[in-house]
Amino acid sequence: MGSSLQVSSVQLAEMVAHCLRCYPEEGCGLLTGVGETGEVASVYLTRNTAASAQIYTVDPGEHLKVDLAAEAAGVEIIGVFHSHTHTDPWPSPTDVDQAPDPGWHYVLISLRHELPSTRSYRIVDGKISEEPVVVLGGRI
Amino acid sequence: MSAIRLPTVLRPAASGRAVVTVEGTTIRQLLEALQVEFPAMSGQVLTSQGDLHRFVNVYLNDDDVRYLRQLDTPVGPDDVVSILPAVAGGVA
Repeated sequence: MGSSLQVSSVQLAEMVAHCLRCYPEEGCGLLTGVGETGEVASVYLTRNTAASAQIYTVDPGEHLKVDLAAEAAGVEIIGVFHSHTHTDPWPSPTDVDQAPDPGWHYVLISLRHELPSTRSYRIVDGKISEEPVVVLGGRI
Repeated sequence: MSAIRLPTVLRPAASGRAVVTVEGTTIRQLLEALQVEFPAMSGQVLTSQGDLHRFVNVYLNDDDVRYLRQLDTPVGPDDVVSILPAVAGGVA
């Protein structure tokens, strides 16, 4: 079976809403779940300490809290989502260079157009491959 | 001996272990011991100059060591050290 990101419609809405609230800055957050399945257990909305419309940095203190919460829940951090406020949902060179874990899912939410667009990717050794985002009860 | 929690990206270098224990009384000593015990981690946590890699965050219990005494932060036997990669990116 190929890689995919599996989210509920509520989780997807949470990610998009967070990014819209953070606008005009990039919004970001972490996803926990079971790595092999790509199934998201929880979405954590985090602070962008860069406070920028062009870059994001997940608050390190919040990252630790999410990591500990995931451990307590028997899952792990499996990915990150962030927004591109004025460009398409494709990983930038910065996104690729700073991708911290080849096992993660990298979710991009573009606010370029009136309707936000969400895509998910795997980034391994600098190579980007898009994966389907499977929404429980549907597919986008 | 102190416990170090490893992020998923470093676990393959530690035979898949999520937590390891190494000897040391400061963050620097622990991280140096970590790289000696698990050579595949060399260069991923500490730079070749012995500094903390800029894309790595290290915590003593709940505190980021950059806000304590950085690599000279003392560590006791009941403390838990966590290593996490910095998560950053953006369109720029």
